[in-house]
Amino acid sequence: MRALTWHGKHDVRVDTVDDPEILNPRDAIIKITSTAICGSDLHLYDGYIPTMKAGDILGHEFMGEVVETGPGSTLVKGQRVVVPFTIACGSCYHCGKHQYSACDNGNPADNQDIGMELYGQPMSGLFGYSHLTGGYAGGQAEYVRVPFSDVGPIVVPEGLDDDEVLFLSDILPTGWQAAENADIEPGDIVAVWGCGPVGLFAVQSAFLMGAARVIAIDHFPRRLELARRFGAETINFEESKTYEALMEMTGGIGPDAVIDAVGLEAHGFFVDNVVDQIKASLMLGTDRIHSIRQAIVACRKGGRVSMPAVYGGIVDKFPLGAFMEKGLTLKTGQTSVQHYMPGLLNAIVEGKIDTTFLISHRMSLEDAPKGYRMFHDNQNEVTKVVLKPGFTETAVAAE
Amino acid sequence: MATVNDDAPPTTSKSREMRDAALQTFTETRRDTLLGRTVTINRPRAELYAYWRDFARLPTFMDNVERVDVLSPTRSHWVVKAPGGRTVEWDALVTEEKEGEMIAWASTEDADVPNSGRIEFRDAGDRGTIVTATIVYDPPAGVVGRLIAKMFQREPAIQARRDLRRFKQLMETGEVATSSRTRAQMHEEAA
Ligand SMILES: NC(=O)c1ccc[n+]([C@@H]2O[C@H](COP(=O)([O-])OP(=O)(O)OC[C@H]3O[C@@H](n4cnc5c(N)ncnc54)[C@H](O)[C@@H]3O)[C@@H](O)[C@H]2O)c1
Ligand SMILES: [Zn+2]
Ligand SMILES: [Zn+2]
Repeated sequence: MRALTWHGKHDVRVDTVDDPEILNPRDAIIKITSTAICGSDLHLYDGYIPTMKAGDILGHEFMGEVVETGPGSTLVKGQRVVVPFTIACGSCYHCGKHQYSACDNGNPADNQDIGMELYGQPMSGLFGYSHLTGGYAGGQAEYVRVPFSDVGPIVVPEGLDDDEVLFLSDILPTGWQAAENADIEPGDIVAVWGCGPVGLFAVQSAFLMGAARVIAIDHFPRRLELARRFGAETINFEESKTYEALMEMTGGIGPDAVIDAVGLEAHGFFVDNVVDQIKASLMLGTDRIHSIRQAIVACRKGGRVSMPAVYGGIVDKFPLGAFMEKGLTLKTGQTSVQHYMPGLLNAIVEGKIDTTFLISHRMSLEDAPKGYRMFHDNQNEVTKVVLKPGFTETAVAAE
Repeated sequence: MATVNDDAPPTTSKSREMRDAALQTFTETRRDTLLGRTVTINRPRAELYAYWRDFARLPTFMDNVERVDVLSPTRSHWVVKAPGGRTVEWDALVTEEKEGEMIAWASTEDADVPNSGRIEFRDAGDRGTIVTATIVYDPPAGVVGRLIAKMFQREPAIQARRDLRRFKQLMETGEVATSSRTRAQMHEEAA
């Protein structure tokens, strides 16, 4: 089959590799019909995530048709399914508590040592996201092997397009969990850093959860425009001072809840950010954390901090004092996708959540390397790239 | 074993004396290294005990054990993978056993890899069962030692941790997780 493989920083290729096979009873093989490139994939593309190996197949946002099932799978050949990016067994203690992204068993035993060393406990398994999280082949390919297929994949009802439901695999539940982690109370003002897919779904979710106002922050005009479409007020951090603007826009109080949907590659020439970049290039520190730093400082006293953004290592200059003195609460984590999928599928069917607005480009799998480059170089116009292995034309822009 | 203000298990003690004292409680033979590993498994205690007590099934989750022949209720023969496709073998005896709670074993006198230990099962309420493996072994020395070091490939502590995780996966999910894509890849990784 053809698959998008990682070979190093800014080097991804479409290679011919062996087809996946059923290896465990609960496995299924899915023929991919749509798969997206995620902001998290850019972290791999930029070489920020350790434990990648040349030849690893990327992609954790995908859906398709069931073509083969193991004896323990509950799926049926021909079904259309969306697959969660988190690999969860459904039967461990954490899965029992619906903390699917903390599943004990999705990550193979030998891979759990690295997480144990780095984080104290092993990470769960994820598709196409380094060997820290299992080393599973991802879905930017023609076929993928899906373990625990009786627990993860959700069957798509008739009449829904791929484009409407694909984002159930990650970014829609992630935006939703981000808003949920902000413990929004009716009347709250919520500030969201980053108007990428995660930030934009967090904006929509925050309103659905009762926020009175949402203030979205970014520097890409097109992305800010999308946030405005959903009723958010916006701050362009290249034109305005974010902290000062937030204080003025919230009557001098600060936002009740802040959401960091940027992550470890924060853009912009802020003094602390530049120091982080120098340190990163000297291998002194790995994560640049401007956005979370600013979110904590801007948040009102007793407020809540939600951090869907991904961080991998150890950071310094984390405003621990502000965090303590203001009595803030922080919630974060990889998304427990399985927990949110059914409810969010309903929200899509009922038209409460808009998903297709996000897709700016659809292209064939063969064009995936180009898709990565475009997404990386032009985030203003490229909001989401969806790869279609069945597609023959190249690089069709939406609308 | 711990002092009045320290409830930590002796296997985690910083003190050599503490660990030695714990070693004495184990076997008549003098051995040097003690390690303990604990995992919580979301299944009933009796079920886990029964699976483990059938030693012939241990290779399903113990990666470097090729085969265990059960010779009698207390005696078993172990065939363990060594480099170059070879194997190392020894007999082990069950030295103590409490139905549903604990199994202790020791290799026989002539074993190339003298080892002993016990596996304990304790109820953990909603969380299932706490399984603790305590293993005592001689650190490798000499020619045989080097062979053993290679045989374990990794530190025995890591091997034990991985075996327990695989046991947990098998008991909780009915399968041992693999991220391989093809059968060929999976066999390559198991070799
Ligand atoms: N927790 C999870 O399970 C999960 C799942 C998916 C994605 N993520 C993470 O969420 C984050 C966002 O994902 P995405 O797909 O939306 O990424 P993205 O790269 O498309 O979007 C990030 C946005 O942040 C903006 N930005 C950069 N610096 C900023 C700053 N200083 N202030 C405000 N905005 C700034 C960028 O311009 C960009 O629009 C990433 O870190 C990603 O890895 C987490
Ligand atoms: Zn993603
Ligand atoms: Zn689980």
